[in-house]
Amino acid sequence: MAEASIQPLTVTLKVNGRDYTVTVEPRWTLADVLRHQLGLTGTHVGCEQGVCGACTVLVDGEPARSCLMFAVQMEGHEIVTIEGLTPEAGLSPLQEAFHRHHALQCGFCTPGMLVTATALLNQGKPLTEETVREALSGNLCRCTGYQFIVDAVMDAQGGK
Amino acid sequence: MANWVGQAWDRIEDLRLLTGRGRFVADLTAPGLVSVAFVRSPHAHAAINRVDLEPARRTPGVVAAFSGADLAPHIALGVTEQPPLALQAVHYVGEPVAVVVAEDRYAAEDGVEAVAVDWTPLPVVTDVRVALAEGAPTVVAGRPNLIAERRIGYGDVAAQFARAAVVVQERLVIHRATAQPLETRGVMAIPDPDGSGVTVWTTTQSPHELRRSLARSLRLSEDKVRVRTPDVGGSFGVKNRLYPEEVVVAWLAMRLVRPVRWIEDRLEHFAATQHEREQVHEVELAADAEGRLLALRDRFVVDNGAYVRGGVTVMQRTAMTIPGPYRLPALEAVGRLVRTHKTPIGPYRGAGRPQGCFVMERMMDRLAEAVGQDRAEVRRRNLIPPDAFPYATGIESPERVVYDSGDFPAVLEEALALAGWDQAAARIEAARQEGRWIGIGLAMNVEDTGGGGYEGARVRVDGNGEVTVYSGAVAQGQGHETAFAQVAAEVLDLPPERIRVALGDTDDIPLGIGTFGSRATTLAGNAVRESAIAVRRQIVEWAARLLEADPEDVVWEGGAAYVRGVPERRISLEAIAARANPLTPIPMGPEGPLPLGLEATTYFQSAPTYSSGCHACWVEVDPRTGQVRVLDYVVVHDCGRMLNPKLVEGQIYGGVLFGLSTVLLEELRYGEDGQLLTTTFLDYPLPTTTEMPPLRIAHRETPSPRNPLGIKGAGESGTIPALAALTAAVEDALKPFGVHLTELPLTPERLLQALAQSQSRP
Repeated sequence: MAEASIQPLTVTLKVNGRDYTVTVEPRWTLADVLRHQLGLTGTHVGCEQGVCGACTVLVDGEPARSCLMFAVQMEGHEIVTIEGLTPEAGLSPLQEAFHRHHALQCGFCTPGMLVTATALLNQGKPLTEETVREALSGNLCRCTGYQFIVDAVMDAQGGK
Repeated sequence: MANWVGQAWDRIEDLRLLTGRGRFVADLTAPGLVSVAFVRSPHAHAAINRVDLEPARRTPGVVAAFSGADLAPHIALGVTEQPPLALQAVHYVGEPVAVVVAEDRYAAEDGVEAVAVDWTPLPVVTDVRVALAEGAPTVVAGRPNLIAERRIGYGDVAAQFARAAVVVQERLVIHRATAQPLETRGVMAIPDPDGSGVTVWTTTQSPHELRRSLARSLRLSEDKVRVRTPDVGGSFGVKNRLYPEEVVVAWLAMRLVRPVRWIEDRLEHFAATQHEREQVHEVELAADAEGRLLALRDRFVVDNGAYVRGGVTVMQRTAMTIPGPYRLPALEAVGRLVRTHKTPIGPYRGAGRPQGCFVMERMMDRLAEAVGQDRAEVRRRNLIPPDAFPYATGIESPERVVYDSGDFPAVLEEALALAGWDQAAARIEAARQEGRWIGIGLAMNVEDTGGGGYEGARVRVDGNGEVTVYSGAVAQGQGHETAFAQVAAEVLDLPPERIRVALGDTDDIPLGIGTFGSRATTLAGNAVRESAIAVRRQIVEWAARLLEADPEDVVWEGGAAYVRGVPERRISLEAIAARANPLTPIPMGPEGPLPLGLEATTYFQSAPTYSSGCHACWVEVDPRTGQVRVLDYVVVHDCGRMLNPKLVEGQIYGGVLFGLSTVLLEELRYGEDGQLLTTTFLDYPLPTTTEMPPLRIAHRETPSPRNPLGIKGAGESGTIPALAALTAAVEDALKPFGVHLTELPLTPERLLQALAQSQSRP
């Protein structure tokens, strides 16, 4: 390992509408920096292989795997995490729908699910169960069997 | 009194989890926290000649590094068969060998890369047949390859076979799989400032058991070890029992007098967290000419992997599940638990029961074929009738199996009706006319839940009138906080929002077992009830004293007490609690003092309760690609009285998909050299939203007479019959091809192979 490659860099990240200037090693993933430098631990790390989707955040409005991105790549981009999708008090309509439909059990995949579903709802297209399943197919959940998650997203369509 | 029990109440744990404010072990931090990474064996079997940690210690950011030899003198070995860090040899790929501590995980992994281990590779055994063969290499030096042989059964099997009109035989193979909760394991240990004890935050399912094992390992008294569980991201059984990393991390914290954290990564999880499912069965079933069961004989082998964790439990539960809902006059199941150079196994969701159910239900289908009867009819003919409870199956060991209650015929008939069993032949024929291959499958099961023993709960009303429930029955997504709050709310006649549930701190309640085997709600739920009844009695006694009345005349209602007939003079729980938890001397009346505090701890003990169910499902198979699509899935389920139907349905939906993925997707593959070949979610696919079948659930509620709430466990019954039901459906769809399915999972590759080998053509 070449010493030079891990020389820390200072970057400014725009997360949930706020600027954070942090010093990071180039190899640190966005997920790790969000969690350990910024204290935004709502973004979960499930596989670090880019498959499970638990670490999904919005980058410029699009869902992205924060375990597959380096924080140093993120300057100039707008990042939104689960904390940024949560109102000051109470729950968002999508979160409410998840609550009502029992769309979470252990809750580990939930922030990633909510971020992916938010991006889907933000497209403003009418949803079918098929399109919801397709959109969420990159987020693994091992507890719920998914049906109630799909139901919740369908239901939130009206409220969002 | 409000009826909170039985209501589909929304979960109280959701708020924090939906907003990113859950606290999982990887979210915890502490001043001076250091991170740990493990050096793991790249060999399935090798001697360790030398572990050179010096290059790791020189790596930037690294704080310390230790080998098994460094650790061994400081801890008690032998608490588990596997040493926390390997000593002379390694016995599976992924076995921890050394540990590196660094300022962050990145530096710790740099350190791991720098460690040089000198190995001598040794002969590798990955097949139980090889392990049992004469002259086989010894898998772990000084320990037998055959770990245990258990004979479970009853009745005169030989006599029953002698009078049989029909005998069907089968060899059934189930491959290795893994539970894969979305959160991996993790541990954070914080030493007491004087280094005399340690607090261990960990993902365990059984904090009290862990406290005991850790205390023994670290040679401390139990009161010097505090085990806590934060939010845990699923477990399904694999986060149970002491793991090597928990000992190492706790020891490191005390040794370095710094907080230490290890978070397993997914690659590690595949190799280092227990597996299960892998079994081979040689089965014979005897029946009379009408298809009435006479006896079942099963010789089966369980691949244990390298070290004993929970393999014996898995083997026993497989055998004990075989009789299921049927009158089976004689059983002889002989299981052998065999050591190989693979990851150790331990129970997960179903814990051997899915395999036992698979054996029985596959054989019932074979029997139907042999006697020329409908698959439903042959089952119907053998069911234990509803008036036969309590029903002793005949199994006496390892525990006496006596079913408490159920209505198996009703469960079967409802499932058949929902799935359209009687119209199945016509529907299949119509599909074939369109060139589609569809089929229907059926499986029933009875599951022991709440597996004996006990669980406890402490209910406390503090000086401000706040109510808290504590229990050792921790949660990993099941919704225990909600379920326990509902029980306490009903007994105390308070809204559930007023009840706080605090789980997972060994300092909060002296004894506990933990959450596994579908036991937590049944045992802890009833303990919550008993403790809440005791606290309610205390509240009434204090209220009587304060109202200067006889306790018999005091009415407790909606969070306040009054003397019967005088509802306008009420005292609130807050006022009673302030007097019962006094901060100033209280005047004693002529009756003398009342016991202080509003608090009770009880432990509820019970024999197992038996949940039952029937799964029926439709699938479509594409014989060109081997792809299986589940068209419809019906579950009729009886877990006694339901505390919260929403939580039960969540368990069933999740459980069915869990079983579906065992049948269709999941297989851990090992090379002949013992290398684990499936170590990502790409090689080992988990089901996604697109695999979830349309599912319909019907509940029957036959209360258990074994506990006052009448409840039974619900966590595993979505999974157990799914293996057999789906396999039967796939076989039915491919019936014209004469395909005989005996090996799981039914991957496209395996189905195409079965099609290629089959002689028949439609």
